[in-house]
Amino acid sequence: MSTPQLSNFALLRWAWRQLTSMRTALLLLLLLGFAAIPGSLFPQRTQNPMKVTEYFTNNPGLAKWLDRLRLFDVYSSPWFSAIYLLLFISLIGCVLPRTIEHLKAIGAKPPLTPKFLDRMEYPTSVEVPKDQALDLAEKYLRSKRFRIRRDAESISAEKGYSRETGNLLFHLSLILILVGVGIGSLFGSKGEAIVSVGDRFINTPTSYDNLAFGKFQSEGSLIPFALTVTDFKATYDIKTNAPSDYKLSVLAANPIGAKEVAKVIKVNSPLTYGNTKIYLQANGYSPLVTVRDKSGKVTFQGGTVFLPQDGNLTSSGAIKLPDMKPQIGFVASFVPTYDRSNKRGAFSAFPEVLDPRLLVSVWTGNLGLDSGRPQSVYRVDTSNMTRIGLAQLALHQTYKFSEGSITFEGWKPWVNLQIVDDPGKMYALFGAIFAILGLLLSLFTRQRRIWVKVSDRVEIAGLAKNAAPGLAKEISDLKIKLEGK
Amino acid sequence: MTSTNYAYLSNYAIYSAMVLYTIAFFAHSIEVAFSVRSDEVKTKFDFARTDRAGRIGSAMIFLAFIFIFIGVIFRGISAHRVPWGNMYEFSITGALAFTGSYLVALWKYKLRWLGLPVSIAVLLTLGTAITVLYRPSAPLVPALKSTWLAIHVSAAIASGGVFLLANCIAATYLILDSYESKGLPRPNWAKQLPSLESLDQLSYRLVAFVFPLWTFAVIAGAIWAESAWGRYWGWDPKETWAFITWVAYAAYLHARVTVGWRGRKAAWLCLFAGSTFLFNYIYVNIWGTGRHTYSGL
Ligand code: HEM
Repeated sequence: MSTPQLSNFALLRWAWRQLTSMRTALLLLLLLGFAAIPGSLFPQRTQNPMKVTEYFTNNPGLAKWLDRLRLFDVYSSPWFSAIYLLLFISLIGCVLPRTIEHLKAIGAKPPLTPKFLDRMEYPTSVEVPKDQALDLAEKYLRSKRFRIRRDAESISAEKGYSRETGNLLFHLSLILILVGVGIGSLFGSKGEAIVSVGDRFINTPTSYDNLAFGKFQSEGSLIPFALTVTDFKATYDIKTNAPSDYKLSVLAANPIGAKEVAKVIKVNSPLTYGNTKIYLQANGYSPLVTVRDKSGKVTFQGGTVFLPQDGNLTSSGAIKLPDMKPQIGFVASFVPTYDRSNKRGAFSAFPEVLDPRLLVSVWTGNLGLDSGRPQSVYRVDTSNMTRIGLAQLALHQTYKFSEGSITFEGWKPWVNLQIVDDPGKMYALFGAIFAILGLLLSLFTRQRRIWVKVSDRVEIAGLAKNAAPGLAKEISDLKIKLEGK
Repeated sequence: MTSTNYAYLSNYAIYSAMVLYTIAFFAHSIEVAFSVRSDEVKTKFDFARTDRAGRIGSAMIFLAFIFIFIGVIFRGISAHRVPWGNMYEFSITGALAFTGSYLVALWKYKLRWLGLPVSIAVLLTLGTAITVLYRPSAPLVPALKSTWLAIHVSAAIASGGVFLLANCIAATYLILDSYESKGLPRPNWAKQLPSLESLDQLSYRLVAFVFPLWTFAVIAGAIWAESAWGRYWGWDPKETWAFITWVAYAAYLHARVTVGWRGRKAAWLCLFAGSTFLFNYIYVNIWGTGRHTYSGL
């Protein structure tokens, strides 16, 4: 091997030693804590994409720079991942050798008695016959479950090994948690789908409104189930309008074609198939309308998903009819329990449907659907359109405008299902449980040594790791015992 | 008994606890005022008497604890759920946790000198709770309907109580340390307080004691988040700051145990860690973003 290679190797070894010291692991953990802060101060794409867009419109210049630093995706940014990975490596490099050492030490005897006991803590000499001192001390220390090393002239006793056991268990568990998180993000998937009452959801990628796969997860790995939403019941508190219960009833078949089973999904109790869970995440209303053209021919009949705008489920949405000539778009609001004020206009006073209204403004012209630019289904791009009507419809009312008519037929509720496949979470959970056990063990055991030495007199002394309290008492108890008082 | 009766009883219990705390406040004031003076000036009060005042204070706080406990339980019964659904309920439970951790610390370490600040803090908390934050007893939003509410929130509130107690002690340490390092004698009010070493040790003991509980609270939150929100960790602001608090206390414990920090540096780190907890409580609850604001489904 030539010299430069050797020095490279030495450098690597040095770097590895540095990285795997407990101190570095600790620093990296601290760094991870600091690195997490900006994610709670700036809006994050993964949590609130709308807020990010808003930030971009309000501070375009600043936002561009923040985005370059990945401050809107802190937790998936390269710098955050780098800290996380380094911590992971550092922990492994630090903990594995220590574990092996500790396993070896479990069978071993405590270390030799030091030469000068008066340099240790609480050194004192004891009035006891020299020939009995060691026997008495051994008997006493054994009864206190110390581990004993008996030599000709001395005893070295140690207690509290489980401190290191706990410490290692804790750090190993942290690794397990990180592994669990990693598995979840590489082999899992997460998606959302809006399903109306009466509709059927089949678990294939095309049924989702959005779906994100882990790097190593394939589309074929979605488990083949189908759900038919049979009912959704939301209950609200009359005094506060706050929701008090949501109950979603489905007929579930797993795999598709199997016998359908009735299931109930609630907010805190998802439907579970292995590692896949189906959560009830949000709900709203789809108003049902019939649209006719000038000749009276039905051009659209059915429900359209509207998005809730407030706690009382005032909802807004768009109904688009690109096939009518000319194209028609309705910008609409659905109000489940109608009220109005001068300031806000029509709004909902209660989230349940008690006195519904549909507010529509009718636009004609070019919907812009074939421009190639993706468009929100909840909004009409009115830039190339003109408004030809405005109406407020109670149930079963019809509004006639120059190109046709719209009838408000009713409504049905929809729910947003979140479907998550996380094969790593059990590892994370076990990691978390062991981490707590390890912590308890290491924080509440005191590791200390006690020595008894016979020379021209009988001396005792001790040493407590990390200045744990209680050693003084143990030494004085031993002294009392030996002196037979 | 009907729900309304329980709600009334709960309120009476909280009022009674406030009365008891007021008595405790006076008892501890007497203790502090006179036992200190007996050091230098002769007064009618000798040590035995002020000691009795202190004991009365402790007894009142113990009774108050029982009353707050009843108040919290009856609040829960009246609403048919665990009593942690709004800020009023968090506050009375927080007062319960703070009182409880003081009593445990009082029993394990001689902490009676904290009686006066503890009475003041709890009286303020209960006072604002019952006047400003009070809400009639009502059902929970669906996301909170889970046994994890009981587990997660009680663990979080209890650890919060102890963290704040540790912060009080660390702050006391720093104040007294600033006298001592200038070579000044302790001020009168502090004559009875323990030595700097025991203050230092005490705040460490408290933190080491609740750190596992805090870890548990965060993990319980994660388990709950998994069943309510579909992921066990999502860097929601509350989660992020819980993690930061966790890291800060972990750093504190390591700094003491592995690096051997003591005294002033350790006290500052303890205060820092405690303030990340307070920041989480204030920032996320008041400028609430994220899912911990319980805006419904
Ligand atoms: C990883 C998940 C979670 C973490 C890390 C977490 C963290 C915390 C923390 C630090 C507190 C302490 C009080 C404070 O600082 O304000 C807290 C309180 C609370 N948490 Fe969580 N939590 C999690 C999940 C949840 C979930 C899923 C729910 C309910 C749906 C929930 C409901 C509550 C409630 C009701 C309180 C008490 C009220 C409050 O102080 O805001 N938490 N949580």
